[in-house]
Amino acid sequence: MSLSHHHLNTNILPTLSATIPTPFPLVFSAPIVSFLSFISYSPLSLPSSPPIFSPFPSSLPTRKKMATAFSPSKFAAQPFPLNTTSQNNPLTIPTTASPFLGSTRKLIRLSSSSNLNIRRRSGTVVAVSDVVKENKSKSTLNLLITKEEGLELYEDMVLGRAFEDMCAQMYYRGKMFGFVHLYNGQEAISTGFIKLLKQQDSVVSTYRDHVHALSKGVSARAVMSELFGKTTGCCRGQGGSMHMFSREHNVLGGFAFIGEGIPVATGAAFTSKYKREVLKEADCDHVTLAFFGDGTCNNGQFFECLNMAALWKLPIVFVVENNLWAIGMSHLRATSDPQIYKKGPAFGMPGVHVDGMDVLKVREVAKEAIGRARRGEGPTLVECETYRFRGHSLADPDELRDPAEKAHYAARDPITALKKYLIENSLASEADLKAIDKKIDEVVEEAVEFADESPVPPRSQLLENVFADPKGFGIGPDGQYRCEDPKFTEGTAQV
Amino acid sequence: MLAIARQRMLGQSFKKILPAVSVLRSYSSAAKQITVREALNSALDEEMSADPKVFLMGEEVGEYQGAYKITKGLLEKYGPERVLDTPITEAGFTGIGVGAAYYGLKPVVEFMTFNFSMQAIDHIINSAAKSNYMSAGQISVPIVFRGPNGAAAGVGAQHSQCYAAWYASCPGLKVLSPYNSEDARGLLKAAIRDPDPVVFLENELLYGESFPVSDEVLDSSFCLPIGKAKIEREGKDVTITAFSKMVGYALKVSEMLERDGIYAEVINLRSIRPLDRSTINTSVRKTNRLITVEEGFPQHGVGAEICASVVEESFSYLDAPVERIAGADVPMPYAANLERMAVPQVEDIVRAAKRACYRSVPLAATA
Repeated sequence: MSLSHHHLNTNILPTLSATIPTPFPLVFSAPIVSFLSFISYSPLSLPSSPPIFSPFPSSLPTRKKMATAFSPSKFAAQPFPLNTTSQNNPLTIPTTASPFLGSTRKLIRLSSSSNLNIRRRSGTVVAVSDVVKENKSKSTLNLLITKEEGLELYEDMVLGRAFEDMCAQMYYRGKMFGFVHLYNGQEAISTGFIKLLKQQDSVVSTYRDHVHALSKGVSARAVMSELFGKTTGCCRGQGGSMHMFSREHNVLGGFAFIGEGIPVATGAAFTSKYKREVLKEADCDHVTLAFFGDGTCNNGQFFECLNMAALWKLPIVFVVENNLWAIGMSHLRATSDPQIYKKGPAFGMPGVHVDGMDVLKVREVAKEAIGRARRGEGPTLVECETYRFRGHSLADPDELRDPAEKAHYAARDPITALKKYLIENSLASEADLKAIDKKIDEVVEEAVEFADESPVPPRSQLLENVFADPKGFGIGPDGQYRCEDPKFTEGTAQV
Repeated sequence: MLAIARQRMLGQSFKKILPAVSVLRSYSSAAKQITVREALNSALDEEMSADPKVFLMGEEVGEYQGAYKITKGLLEKYGPERVLDTPITEAGFTGIGVGAAYYGLKPVVEFMTFNFSMQAIDHIINSAAKSNYMSAGQISVPIVFRGPNGAAAGVGAQHSQCYAAWYASCPGLKVLSPYNSEDARGLLKAAIRDPDPVVFLENELLYGESFPVSDEVLDSSFCLPIGKAKIEREGKDVTITAFSKMVGYALKVSEMLERDGIYAEVINLRSIRPLDRSTINTSVRKTNRLITVEEGFPQHGVGAEICASVVEESFSYLDAPVERIAGADVPMPYAANLERMAVPQVEDIVRAAKRACYRSVPLAATA
């Protein structure tokens, strides 16, 4: 099975290679292969074809060079085995450190058990083979996206980047305050997943939610005003940076506690299933996406929800934005088994790993995972390897991360990569892309102006929206419900 | 004379807000007796049949017929899609309930006891209570969290805490605590129909007790208003406020005090949040003395809030300091005699009432 998959992949997916080829293409590039999660991680199970994940077969030697480009001091400095000949022999091992997914000791150890896993777990990957066959027939096109789609993706990612950069500027000018967590570098995941959703599908995020809201359709003005704390914000200034909600676009927040959004997302998926089965709204196939980070994957609520989502076959995709760092805690220091996608099969759902710096790969995986959910086949766990270019929040001095690591990922900027892909494949010209850049700059500037000019919430807004039924404020001293006192919302009645 | 006139006027104003109060007060002439368990079961049954969006979720609510048999028969009637047996994952399933409520379904989440809700309190407070505010009214959470609260018999420290004060301090939540069958039915129905998160604190020891109910209570559209306390028994000498099991104690106390010529007014709070300060203060202004009774820990408890409210609004009407009767300031002990000492008993309340009325018995040292 593994051989055929790899063979297919040579034809199907010209990857977006940044100027430096991805360090461990074995692991990340082909989304189809990565569905066979345990295989993709084991270098020893790869066939002896040229490295399939980079478009240039000659990159094998460059890969080695690449691997030396940086050596993060914090990772286990274990050589990463490369497979160039037969399937089952451990091969020439370069004496360089792995830039990611340290504890390569584990990878070597795992490889021997992976073949067993394949057979045992074949049930969970049967669905993939159909997709693979489909893709094989499409391989003659050799392109993953049309021009319109490409421009849409580019525009969304540039909007996310420009918006976040503007947030940083505004924060340092004092217009934004509190906790602000920026998404620079992770745009491929938001764009790759959310642009495949319908309006009725829902998105649940964490505190790093500005770009999720923007991708889902909340206007930049509304988000910017919310960040400035103005009454025209998407939550009237009552939520803030970490609590972006939109009923219209089905953005369910925005949660400050990590892991808190996952059960809520699972509940939204449960509603979709309930509507279909109990309320008999036969065509309800809404899907929910839950976005969260690597730190969250050690939280109990994550596992509880993996269990229940698989148990009840809920239409949800759990998207892990693994940017390797939870504030200053490296993922490897915090996790016994850092390969998060493996935790999916433990609960009976497919676990997929994908390169989160490559929007087209993310989009392919997302299509399959969202398709599964829509068809009623249950949840999927998708781990996206990504990186945040800025610190955890604007208050984070970001001293613990190795500059070499940052440089490595900065070179794999998803926007630059998509730009290169579009231009190389003649889907768009430089001029088109520059026009989009300019348009987005204007949108963001206009959003700032709008937010600046918007009024702050009036005093009467303080007591509003605490309850949907305002009788919840109880009865006043005169024996009438407080909310019936006209002075109540003016803030002059006694509460 | 003036007092009588005042009383009649107050009676009129109550009638404006709660027209059925006179009917409900006459429970002694009612036909049927039902247990609190039956009351809750029938309320759930009726609400589930009226609205297909209502569903139950919790540990052992389905095949086991409910850990305390409150949800008996509902699985057979509504099927496993609407009565969900969950794994033992409070944080997870509470969050799932909240997520479903975001979309307009009406979950009734059962905690086997409210002590276990501490594992899910993040979702009750942060995802449910605060959501309507954080989203500026876009997302309301019509969810009910219910289960037994407070001390049972001999269950030890980790199973006996009363959570009324904790939940009642959080804006965005409504906290209800019924006493008898009528309260249980009316308040649970009101809670399920309410568009906001409601914490419904029952009491395990009351489940088996039966109370008389009128036909109106048994009607399927019966609902009690949230935020109104009930005056269980009118009096003129001292006001006793209580909720849940302590209302029963307070009523016994009022009978005992009557023999000594003290007529106590017993207020069944019913709604801890929002607290019916209006009823309490009106009563205190009539009787001039107040005793608050609760089972939970004394510091920052419900009694503390009532005392503060009365001092703020009716200070000049008080003829004696407010007496707070609460559980002992210790984790609940296991030994039967110690447990008896850790929870208010009828004698404690009688002593407090006499202190408030005569000030003849000096304040005993509290634990």
